[in-house]
Amino acid sequence: MSHTLLHNVLIPFIKGLVTVVAVGLAAGVLTWIERRLLGRLQIRKGPNRVGPQGFFQWIADTIKLIFKEDIVPSRAEKALHLLGPLLLFTPAVVVLGLVPWGPELTLFGVTTPLHAAADLNVGLLLILAVSTIGVYGIILSGWASNSKYPLLGGLRSAAQLISYEVPMGLAVVSAILMSGSLSMVEIIEAQRKAGVWFVFPGLIAFFLYFVSGVAETNRTPFDLPEAESELVGGFHTEYSGFRWAVFFMSEYGNMISISAVATTLFFGGWLRPFPNVAWLSFLDVIPAFFWFSGKVFLFLLVYIWFRATFPRYRFDQLMALGWKTLIPISLGNLALVAIAVLWGAAGLKVLGAVLVLLVAAGFFAVWRRPARPRSSTTMASSNVEVRA
Amino acid sequence: MRVHGGPEAVESYIPILFFAAIAALFPVVMLVVMALFRQQAPNSTKLSPYECGVVSSTDAHDHRFSVRYYLIAVLFVVFDVETVFLFPWAVMYDKLLLFGLIEMAVFLYILVLGYVYVWKRGALSWA
Repeated sequence: MSHTLLHNVLIPFIKGLVTVVAVGLAAGVLTWIERRLLGRLQIRKGPNRVGPQGFFQWIADTIKLIFKEDIVPSRAEKALHLLGPLLLFTPAVVVLGLVPWGPELTLFGVTTPLHAAADLNVGLLLILAVSTIGVYGIILSGWASNSKYPLLGGLRSAAQLISYEVPMGLAVVSAILMSGSLSMVEIIEAQRKAGVWFVFPGLIAFFLYFVSGVAETNRTPFDLPEAESELVGGFHTEYSGFRWAVFFMSEYGNMISISAVATTLFFGGWLRPFPNVAWLSFLDVIPAFFWFSGKVFLFLLVYIWFRATFPRYRFDQLMALGWKTLIPISLGNLALVAIAVLWGAAGLKVLGAVLVLLVAAGFFAVWRRPARPRSSTTMASSNVEVRA
Repeated sequence: MRVHGGPEAVESYIPILFFAAIAALFPVVMLVVMALFRQQAPNSTKLSPYECGVVSSTDAHDHRFSVRYYLIAVLFVVFDVETVFLFPWAVMYDKLLLFGLIEMAVFLYILVLGYVYVWKRGALSWA
């Protein structure tokens, strides 16, 4: 077999298959983790009947979705109604293919980098561009359903997604400033060279990126498009059965890809903690791939934690947060990082140390503040008292 | 396998194309395969748009929606183009150095003026 055919066609096919299957399985297992964890966080049990610890619940749910009727409203635009979920799913998976999950993999005598394509020198730009295509999927499925709730949900969702695209782009620029490259692999290598993960000098940028990422994936506290109390199911109200499952997989696929990009840009990708400190080299027994997926998994847990912690934003608050808070912060952060980079390697370390100290001081101030007298009128606190 | 420009640069996108093809085909194939399993029993009530039990009297496409959605879309284009300008600047920053910093400060200053204007005019407030 010719080298070109192998590396350009066959290997991408295999990687694509592995990725889509992995996204499908991960979405299933994540729902189980999410429901169990939410149960624990809300002092209840969560699914625990199907299989050990309820682990087979997601398989049962999948079987249910497969056998469910596929309802397309008679007034809907049939072709666009079908295209919507596909347009949401494909970009979510393609982004995962552009992120390096490890340095290299040799299998059956073929060595290939652990991502879909060659390490593009515009990798990050392509990731941002591809992930934005998902907006079309949402607005098309909302519009094509020809029903009022999906239409409103789709519009809201599109407005939300494009609003948070701006602070996300500005946050990503800080990582490019620090690494001087758009290539995902070179950004990771730059963090090895700098001897510090970019999360320290880029603490604000990481915060902005992750908050925008939660908004981009329509997750709590920004799950406005799916605000069931006002919009029923948002843009996917008129979807059922496996079409709905495609939306579902895309949401989890998007969560994974946001986490993977955050890991690459700010948490050193596949690098172990403190890659330059020699005495920590025993950590290298864990392969690079597991470092990467472990970090991604932690981010996914944070997503679930957010869902248990924060109440949903109101729509005008959501837009105000995006346009009036995150954008000024991201512009200020950009200036800060640009000045630090101008200063050189020491600048990044000083900026990182100052930011970490500020955060630590903030935690300390909150911790030392005397607890407010607990009112027994609010439901949450009265629950706690009943338990105590 | 990192390439800068030339025909190789185009070739490096080919794997992505095939990868994306799989990502696009997977849900289609699954939908077709799953169609073999399920039962279809449609009726006119089931196929009507969902409006919490009320029979829908108008087409959803006949309704107009808030002009603010258009406004947000226009503002997004302005700010996103700005972000796109920042990308090449950030890549070349280690060569531009102080010149780059001042140059981008001027660019962002003009942009922030527009941002403040838009804010004062109330384009950013939803209520």
